[in-house]
Amino acid sequence: MTKAGTTLAATQASAPAVRLPRRRGIELALIVLAVLLSVYGYCAVGVARTGAVPPGAVGYGAGLGVLALFAHLAVRIRAPYADPLPLPIGVLLNGLGLVLIYRLDLETPGDRAAPAQLVWSTLGMGLFTLVILVLRDHRVLQRYSYVCVVAALGLLLLPILFPAVNGARIWIRIAGFSIQPSEFAKVLLAVFFAAYLAANRSALAYTGRRLWRMQFPTGRVLGPIVTIWLLSVGVLVLERDLGTSLLFFGLFVVLLYVATGRTGWIAVGLVLAVLGAFAVGRLEPHVGGRIEDWLHPFATIEAGLGPNQLSQSLFAFAAGGVLGTGLGLGHSILIGFAAKSDFILATAGEELGLAGLAAVFLLYALLVERGYRAGLALREPFGRLLAVGLASIVALQVFVIAGGVTGLIPLTGMAMPFLAQGGSSVVTNWAIVALLIRVSDSARRQYDGREAP
Amino acid sequence: MSEYANGRPMARYIRHAWAFCALLLVALLVNAARVQVVQAGSYGTNPANRRPTIARYHQPRGDILVGGEPVTGSTDTGEQLRYERTYRDGPLYAPVTGFASQLYGTTLLEGAEDAVLSGSDPMLSPFPLWNDMTRGPSPGGDVVTTLDQGAQRAAYRKLAGRKGAVAAIDPVTGRILALVSTPSYDPAALSGNSEATASAWERLNHDPERPMLNRAVRQTYPPGSTFKVVTAAAALDAGVVTDLDAKTDSPDPYRLPGTTTRLTNEGDGCTDAPVREAFEWSCNTVFAKLGVDVGAANMSATAQAFGFNDTRLRIPFSVSPSTFDTHVDKAQLALSSIGQYNTRATPLQMAMVAAAVANGGRLRAPYLVERTTRRGGETIAGGGVRPDRQVMRPSTAVRLRELMTDVVREGTGANAAIPGATVGGKTGTAQHGVGNSGVPYAWFVSWAQADADLEPKVAVAVVVEDASADRGEISGGGDAAPIAKEVMRAVLRS
Repeated sequence: MTKAGTTLAATQASAPAVRLPRRRGIELALIVLAVLLSVYGYCAVGVARTGAVPPGAVGYGAGLGVLALFAHLAVRIRAPYADPLPLPIGVLLNGLGLVLIYRLDLETPGDRAAPAQLVWSTLGMGLFTLVILVLRDHRVLQRYSYVCVVAALGLLLLPILFPAVNGARIWIRIAGFSIQPSEFAKVLLAVFFAAYLAANRSALAYTGRRLWRMQFPTGRVLGPIVTIWLLSVGVLVLERDLGTSLLFFGLFVVLLYVATGRTGWIAVGLVLAVLGAFAVGRLEPHVGGRIEDWLHPFATIEAGLGPNQLSQSLFAFAAGGVLGTGLGLGHSILIGFAAKSDFILATAGEELGLAGLAAVFLLYALLVERGYRAGLALREPFGRLLAVGLASIVALQVFVIAGGVTGLIPLTGMAMPFLAQGGSSVVTNWAIVALLIRVSDSARRQYDGREAP
Repeated sequence: MSEYANGRPMARYIRHAWAFCALLLVALLVNAARVQVVQAGSYGTNPANRRPTIARYHQPRGDILVGGEPVTGSTDTGEQLRYERTYRDGPLYAPVTGFASQLYGTTLLEGAEDAVLSGSDPMLSPFPLWNDMTRGPSPGGDVVTTLDQGAQRAAYRKLAGRKGAVAAIDPVTGRILALVSTPSYDPAALSGNSEATASAWERLNHDPERPMLNRAVRQTYPPGSTFKVVTAAAALDAGVVTDLDAKTDSPDPYRLPGTTTRLTNEGDGCTDAPVREAFEWSCNTVFAKLGVDVGAANMSATAQAFGFNDTRLRIPFSVSPSTFDTHVDKAQLALSSIGQYNTRATPLQMAMVAAAVANGGRLRAPYLVERTTRRGGETIAGGGVRPDRQVMRPSTAVRLRELMTDVVREGTGANAAIPGATVGGKTGTAQHGVGNSGVPYAWFVSWAQADADLEPKVAVAVVVEDASADRGEISGGGDAAPIAKEVMRAVLRS
């Protein structure tokens, strides 16, 4: 840990050789565009449903705009060199998510989710602003890596004490709000993985014994990380939250590979994944059912039991076609349970079509790409691994849930970042964006002209 | 701490990881295109997909018009399947409209004209591909029927809840003026998709009175003596009878050829009776022998010219084919010729028989839809008059008109006489059931032409199957003729 401190001091001492443009104006323009697009979507829903602009449109736009403005000001003050893209992307995705949830609320007048989601979005953007203002350098986090891992495990274990909701023990309910602690845990785990791997990557890469052309590290180095990984995965299997389990696993493998460059890790990871999937599939009827649904999405229809959620989701995507039915004009509510959370993407697919869906995917891809770019531009391994880890969380999460609802992979419950109903997820994703902004600011601030960031 | 691990820069591995993420994104996009473009068609038409159903009920259904007024409507339920069918005078028009149910599909006109009523008919769009561009159906079109409101009401009122049916057509054009079946039901009970709808469906289907059976077009009855019109036409056309007033060589009782069964009459005086008298007093023996004399080939040809054995008649919904057995021995032919054995007819078919006689031997196929229009009233298709066919020689028709007029003037059909009009008719009391044990059906077929008119205005067939009545009192002249009279009067008045 002392090493990190000295590097920190060293970089602060040396002034950047070349000053890069700050591009805060671009960021502001894009934020305005994102807010306008969200307000337009909100109005489009109202016009399609009632023929009039909904009365809350101005308030909605103003609220989102003010929150985004605060975030922007925080970035302008404390992270002036930051990448101008992640914040507008977050605002646009969050705004679109609010529009989609508001749109689905119209189908379920007794169960409104948009107001709560707006509160959570406010909290999320507030946390973003706070992180930008308080966390002056991301390397500070490296000191707290063991605090992070203990906190992460605590959060993962917490829901076991609470009753199961919908077959999974992943929520805790406090004062009417349900919180999903595993969402917060993934950021903490990413910090820990990045810090630990940054400190031990040489040992992981060079020591250990060779077995048939592949080099395996010694137990002393690998022990702690595998233990923690096993523990987190075990907890998740106990809590039946397989999406998050898959996400942690993917994150672990990606970071290990980036840290050591050992393809052996990928092989080991894949073998472990296949074994784990097989074992869980056999042991857990819940999971076996999901795999059956994936292989035969219309089996329940053929059996005369009516369409299941996955087939309803596929119907929704199909109904959208290339251009979509238009906001407010689809019937994705037929999916029923979880239409606003896990299956929110089906509403986007039906009402915005393949064109809109591709645009959403590209927004995520852009966000991930900016994270990777910050990782490439940085010079120190912790920042690199942190940026790669956070970006990979977004990429893997999007893949797992989007692939699940479109029938590409077996469906596992998970929140679409920013879009889906779910407070913990929105707050967590804003924290991720805040950390990416912070990392990218460091990367560009330290730019020494050696390699294009 | 170096940024090199394993001898190569970490940047290289970051790029690999990014390539992996990009690969995941490409997989998502390709799969989305598969679902939304390649599979969209088959998913869209999957029977479990409710979207086509929701779209179907998302707009008010077009209306069915009688006498310029809609007898149907649509009500906005605010539910997922938004518009439900309503009916004005549901039981009265049920044999015409049928039902349009969110659970059980559509029948009769609601079924046959569904494309127009639901708005899916491409003819409804202002120009080709319009609906593909707007991604929605056209507003539902209207169906204008040929029904005469007065005739329909008169028939329903006079049946007075007894089990039976009335079919009335315009002999010259083939327009159907009345189509009534009782007991009836209110199709509005089947419109929705609730528990009540399901229980109404259950109740109507298990009702022993069978209210959903359209007896005017979907039920065949032995036509009994009314079929003697067909037998007489065949005999006159074939030249077996040349003089209506010449004595026939007909024993009473008549032993069916090749059997020991003796056929008798209800009344006396049928021995060797001339055709005019035999028709007036409905002598079974005379017409049974006449049928045998005409022969199976000629009888079949005439019956089929009238429309028997025609499985293709659509008005525009299908009509149960009336039957005349073409492969019969002489005894069977004798019974067939007096409307028994395998001879069966729908009321609509017997109205067509009367119409052909009234219209000089020319028969127009009956039709129920005058035209279909857009919501605004602009015609998109005319049901139109169909081509006619000569089913008997005009001279034969003239003599049959004479015979039928006599029946009303001085025979069994006196109850149908209308002052100021020429009315021709024929009664029938058809036996059925094992050993003729069932309560007989009372038939009356007739046509009417006002004295001031150049053409006959209406041909009608009535059947009353009233299980509650005393067997002896059931008769075509007593039960069915007064109903026919009211229907004809209503048409002549209008």
